[in-house]
Amino acid sequence: MSVILVFLLVIAGFAGWWLSHQRLTAKPWLEQGVAGDFVGFDRSSLPTAKIGLGVFLAVVGCLFSLFTSAYFMRMGLSDWRPLPLPRLLWLNTGVLALSSVALQCAVVAARRGQVDMVRLGLATAGLTSLAFLAGQLIAWRQLTEDGYLLASNPANSFFYLITAMHGLHILGGLVGLGRTSAGAWNGTRPERLRLSVELCAMYWHFLLFVWLCIFAVLAGWAATFVSICQRLLT
Amino acid sequence: MVDVTPADAVPPAEVAEMELYHPHSWWTKYVFSQDAKVIAVQYSATATAIGLVALMLSWLMRLQLGFPGTFDFITPEAYYQFITMHGMIMVIYLLTALFLGGFGNYLIPLMVGARDMVFPYVNMLSYWVYLLAVLVLVSSFFAPGGPTGAGWTLYPPQAITSGTPGGQDWGIILMLSSLILFIIGFTMGGLNYVVTVLQGRTRGMTLMRLPLTVWGIFTATVMALLAFPALFVACVMMLLDRLLGTSFFMPAIVEMGQQLQHNGGSPILFQHLFWFFGHPEVYIVALPAFGIVSDLISTHARKNIFGYRMMVWAIIAIGALSFVVWAHHMYVSGMNPYFGFFFATTTLIIAVPTAIKVYNWVLTLWRGDIHLTIPMLFALAFIVTFVNGGLTGLFLGNVVVDVPLSDTMFVVAHFHMVMGVAPILVIFGAIYHWYPKVTGRMLNETLGRFHFWVTFLGAYLIFFPMHYLGLMGIPRRYAELTDMNIMTESAHHLNSFISIMAFIVGFAQMVFLFNLIWSIRHGREAGGNPWRATTLEWQTPETPPAHGNFGKELPIVYRWAYDYSVPGAKEDFIPQNVPGSFGPSREPA
Repeated sequence: MSVILVFLLVIAGFAGWWLSHQRLTAKPWLEQGVAGDFVGFDRSSLPTAKIGLGVFLAVVGCLFSLFTSAYFMRMGLSDWRPLPLPRLLWLNTGVLALSSVALQCAVVAARRGQVDMVRLGLATAGLTSLAFLAGQLIAWRQLTEDGYLLASNPANSFFYLITAMHGLHILGGLVGLGRTSAGAWNGTRPERLRLSVELCAMYWHFLLFVWLCIFAVLAGWAATFVSICQRLLT
Repeated sequence: MVDVTPADAVPPAEVAEMELYHPHSWWTKYVFSQDAKVIAVQYSATATAIGLVALMLSWLMRLQLGFPGTFDFITPEAYYQFITMHGMIMVIYLLTALFLGGFGNYLIPLMVGARDMVFPYVNMLSYWVYLLAVLVLVSSFFAPGGPTGAGWTLYPPQAITSGTPGGQDWGIILMLSSLILFIIGFTMGGLNYVVTVLQGRTRGMTLMRLPLTVWGIFTATVMALLAFPALFVACVMMLLDRLLGTSFFMPAIVEMGQQLQHNGGSPILFQHLFWFFGHPEVYIVALPAFGIVSDLISTHARKNIFGYRMMVWAIIAIGALSFVVWAHHMYVSGMNPYFGFFFATTTLIIAVPTAIKVYNWVLTLWRGDIHLTIPMLFALAFIVTFVNGGLTGLFLGNVVVDVPLSDTMFVVAHFHMVMGVAPILVIFGAIYHWYPKVTGRMLNETLGRFHFWVTFLGAYLIFFPMHYLGLMGIPRRYAELTDMNIMTESAHHLNSFISIMAFIVGFAQMVFLFNLIWSIRHGREAGGNPWRATTLEWQTPETPPAHGNFGKELPIVYRWAYDYSVPGAKEDFIPQNVPGSFGPSREPA
């Protein structure tokens, strides 16, 4: 359970940093008759939707940390046979990174008000994400053809489970991306479009980050890294 | 102290008016409503309905335990199904849903001075997904093989083998699916509760001016958002074990003389995941109760809450600590004794912030102008019950004491006291307190007092004797113990007594339900602020609050939520949105 505890420690650190800026030592009983003039102690200036997405991403991060925790705990048992990762996954990683880059370009374009570039970025991101999902399915196909079935070994089960979870999150993101694109083509207000493009980009960057982490875990580098750290400590 | 200047005239505080969805038809106003108040009522009604099912299941269990062998239809399999569904419904579908979905939805926007939740559409979806989860759960009663009988902890491997009711039928599949749906629905709602507290607060409502109710619900929601994914992961993995033959949790196992295809899985892994959710869950239920009871005591004792800052810090500390105690549910799982030592220590440390809260409640009562209204009675009963349950928690938190008491009725008595009866008492108190705001009418006083005394005393008479049964070594989860030496005649009598009390207490809840329905039309008119309380929900222009909550202009907050009996003030309470300072002791220091 150490992965999830480290993750929660990060969350707790962030929450602690935020709380420390919230005057938690104030004595509200001495502050009567005051209009709300505490600068910076009301709501954040960030858009509410971004904070909402941030909280959601913390939940998603928690979910994947828990899968990783379970992965490491199950890995320690004797019947674990690691499976060779298809080389296609490298290509998929590149494609997913490309869609993240495309969304970042769309953000820049939206900030400059270039609607054409926004549309191009959104379309590229959508297509590359679909390509990523297709690539993942092909990778599954290759594995099953090579005899690495879902139930034949826990390493396989975890591989399919975690990649499926990640793919489902991309799929959910595509719904949001679709709505944003619809807005971009139907001419929503520029500031609204900018916000939704930024939200999409934030989500995609996060899912790319999650993918890199689970790729490292599934490929076994994470375990090697942890064991090196442990040897250094002892 | 922060340098602040009193200012009476402030421009209207319509900070960045949110886009409020205005309903156009009856359907979007009352059924597919995006108004948090309607969603709150929907959540509460659904939770109460499914809670009634769980109440009846507890009657059936008590029938069997109190009068074993009398009722043929309660087979051991059926008994396990009753136990499982009772526990799961009460903990998740009733308590969690009612505190966060019900009270959270109703109170957060009103108490922080917002027009609605920040994402009303997602909030509406949250309820409908919750309803779907409840329906899936209920459907398992009618599925072939009936609901699962795996116990509310659903431990593998027994949960998905054929010896357990529902294990190789639909029961466990529906249960796991229902939990997954519940978590998805809850996450949608939880995002709303958290972000509304962060971003929806009206002008002047700093974090340290929030009523403790909001602090409790807010912290509990943050915890739930981080803890429920663990249950989600456990459910998904068990579902794969059951449906696709993977071996996440399932070891090699011989079932009815046949080797199953599972191999090498770890049931302990499930326990870790389950309790990583399961222990925070206790506080997810308790923290809103802590918050609400603080407000009830302060309002009905006409005195500011003692140690507001400490109360806030304690809520945060309990929330953080509750994530590092989960393995105290697993002392008997054969884990490393050093782990047991670590988790016993963290468990006992949690008693410190909790005790701070109890002291502060008692000190708030000290020399207060205590009105023994029904909400106050329930709040007082909560303190007693919670202290009682908390003390047995200290017993069970120690490894050496837990090992012999584990899986006895002592544990059943402990957790029913501390996370069953205590939060339910707060829910009752809160309903008596806020019902006038929701409906505009008071609940009937006589029926209410009857309900309180029967529930409080009755619940004590049910669960206090159970401690003794546990100390005698009588195990939990057994459908029948008639032929065992430890079941002395006195233990049998005690069991029958407990069962009879359970029926009486259950009957009192029917009276309460009648009161809830009857008073909607026939209750005494409440007026806008019957309890003379300070928080914003009592200052709305209309009662019940209309769509948008606060009329044309949002209130501005000038003070904290606990200005009761301020020396020099005209009345014994000063609402949060009233400007001006009162009294000699309150000059800026």
